[in-house]
Amino acid sequence: MAVISYREALRAAMREELKRDDKVVIMGEEVAQFNGAYKVTEGLLKEFGPKRIVDTPISEAGFIGLGIGASMLGIRPVMELMFWSFSYVAFDQIVNNAGNIRYMSGGLINCPIVIRGPANGGTNVGATHSHTPEAILASHPGIKVVCPATPYDAKGLMKAAIRDNDPVYVMENTILYNDKGEVPDEDYIVPLGVADVKRVGTDLTIVAHGRAVITSLKAAEILEKEHGVSVEVVDLRSIRPLDEETILTSVRKTHRALLVEENKPFCGVDAQVAYLIQSKAFDELDAPIHRVSSIDAPQIYCKRMEDLQMPNVERVVAEALKVLA
Amino acid sequence: MAKPAVLTHPESLKRPAGPSDYAKDPVNAAMSKADKLALYTKMARIRHFEQRCIRIYQQGKIGGFLHLYVGQEAVAAGTISLLGKHDHIITGYRDHGHGLMVGMGMNECMAELTGRVTGCSQGKGGSMHYFAPDKNYWGGHGIVGGQAPLGTGLAYAVKYMGLKGSCLAYMGDGAVNQGAVHEAYNLASLWDLPVIFVVENNGYSMGTSQERSTAHPGCLAKRAEGYNMAWDVVNGHDVYEVRAKTAVALKRAHEESKPTVLEIFTYRYFGHSMADPDKTYRDKEEIKEYRDKKDPVLLFEQELLREKVLTPELSQKINEEAMAEADKAAVFADESPDPTVADITKHIYWEEDNRGPKTTSRGTIIFE
Ligand SMILES: Cc1ncc(C[n+]2csc(CCOP(=O)(O)OP(=O)(O)O)c2C)c(N)n1
Ligand SMILES: [Mg+2]
Repeated sequence: MAVISYREALRAAMREELKRDDKVVIMGEEVAQFNGAYKVTEGLLKEFGPKRIVDTPISEAGFIGLGIGASMLGIRPVMELMFWSFSYVAFDQIVNNAGNIRYMSGGLINCPIVIRGPANGGTNVGATHSHTPEAILASHPGIKVVCPATPYDAKGLMKAAIRDNDPVYVMENTILYNDKGEVPDEDYIVPLGVADVKRVGTDLTIVAHGRAVITSLKAAEILEKEHGVSVEVVDLRSIRPLDEETILTSVRKTHRALLVEENKPFCGVDAQVAYLIQSKAFDELDAPIHRVSSIDAPQIYCKRMEDLQMPNVERVVAEALKVLA
Repeated sequence: MAKPAVLTHPESLKRPAGPSDYAKDPVNAAMSKADKLALYTKMARIRHFEQRCIRIYQQGKIGGFLHLYVGQEAVAAGTISLLGKHDHIITGYRDHGHGLMVGMGMNECMAELTGRVTGCSQGKGGSMHYFAPDKNYWGGHGIVGGQAPLGTGLAYAVKYMGLKGSCLAYMGDGAVNQGAVHEAYNLASLWDLPVIFVVENNGYSMGTSQERSTAHPGCLAKRAEGYNMAWDVVNGHDVYEVRAKTAVALKRAHEESKPTVLEIFTYRYFGHSMADPDKTYRDKEEIKEYRDKKDPVLLFEQELLREKVLTPELSQKINEEAMAEADKAAVFADESPDPTVADITKHIYWEEDNRGPKTTSRGTIIFE
């Protein structure tokens, strides 16, 4: 086991897959010469050369569409979006093309493409650069979405995504890029659709994904120390496919659920999770399901307010106590 | 207020249609009698297939949109007749002609229109979404211009794999105003990709004439200059000319790995789709003028009659056979079964359709 950062874990995943399969190509704005806007692809150009690591012009619809077209012929492009916020100018390609072609062709074609990049708020950059489109994208059958929270999951999910034969959209988080964690030296993947119980507990289940997992783990600590409650934290890791069983198993044990995500509340991922719990474990619940999400407004610029807009430890603790009351 | 059109038309379009200037062009001179008859037969088959579709549509058996290719046959026929093993094609929603040209059967094409499980996409795509990847045909796309980046990507893949091939990415004269098309142009030229953007200029995007949609008063192909790309204009009523000029672009793709924009002037006889009453934006005389004087199937027939490749009897036979084939396909499309409710949730994910120990996905992926 080595202790590496989330950024290094992503890079290691790409590096290993580039070596394993010569159909894998890394493409995006500034990924090659500049070493990546967030340095995730640093050093890859030097190691693999310009055929495998490709700088693109600022044409998200163009180059992502190109990647989708190439994937239909068996290339396995891993496309970097500098921010997932920029996916909106390529929405037609990402949703209509990558997501629908297999279906509309009656299964004749598949698009083994990965689109990856940061999708998070909390960086003081204003509304246009702070979108978290996992719920929007996961609402389209044909698309897969994963949101790793730790270096281990980042590497394992990225490798699974690259080997997967469907479009997989990997939502990273700039705030997590420097987080460190243990990552095995040997080859492994984290299959899509398998949640992870990041903390075992008995009194309350917190379901979260992405950085909200880290926030929830910190909150769980406080809840344990200061309030004597034992909290289980379920990290979804993958939004679509979704590991319904792990969520339900946890709720059947704790009988209480708090759902935490950095999305805005309306039609967020947790709206789906709440529906799941009430439809399949209603009788198990001792209290209504609560949610903590970002305050429902475009992302505010002011850093002090943005920290309050997003789920933070204090908000999670306060909401957990309400569920436990 | 319409801008004055200073169209850069191909030379051959500036005078009345007659014998082709391109009959002796090497790619056409190299055609055997059988090749020529096969090409004519394919054009006739597209014509009769489409005309048969009108009847089925009017009987209420085809849902959604139905965009006919009647009048434009020489474009798909001429371009696709030149393609080899590593040449790919992709187009918009006016996609039947291309499908038949690559060798899709009338049955599977017709059954897709009636939404049958025997359709090329098992009733999941419809008229606008034909696919035949085994024949290098990558659709059939419903979003105007959205296929241009995909076609560029197919060409990228061909080049990446070190193959001598290309992709022909077709679009309409309205599609050239889509941002995705311009992004694709730039990428294709920047990266020297073997893609040929075929602009099928039929003069209208729905009810909007080209003069009312496009600021540049010259031809649409000339926009290629802004991207340092080669371009040409083509008389799309003459299948020999289409072949001759496509061959040049194909050579550029194969030998130099460079893209081209080919603007092929053509005309559609029916409304934009069957939903278009075709009453507001052009007059009947204009349509009649094209039908009478520039019909691509008729012109090629006359060409082949002059060349003594075809006789009136043989032509009649070919057309009757095509009609009979379309009739049979109509029956097939009518009598085939629908997909089932269980089929609705198939073909969404490769990993779901192929679940096994090696698949990378678990968990719930289709929700209640
Ligand atoms: C993005 C998008 N906008 C609008 C439409 C509706 N639409 C379908 S076809 C069409 C006209 C396109 O004309 P053109 O590109 O000239 O192709 P043609 O129909 O003449 O073959 C329009 C507006 C669409 N399908 N996609
Ligand atoms: Mg048009």
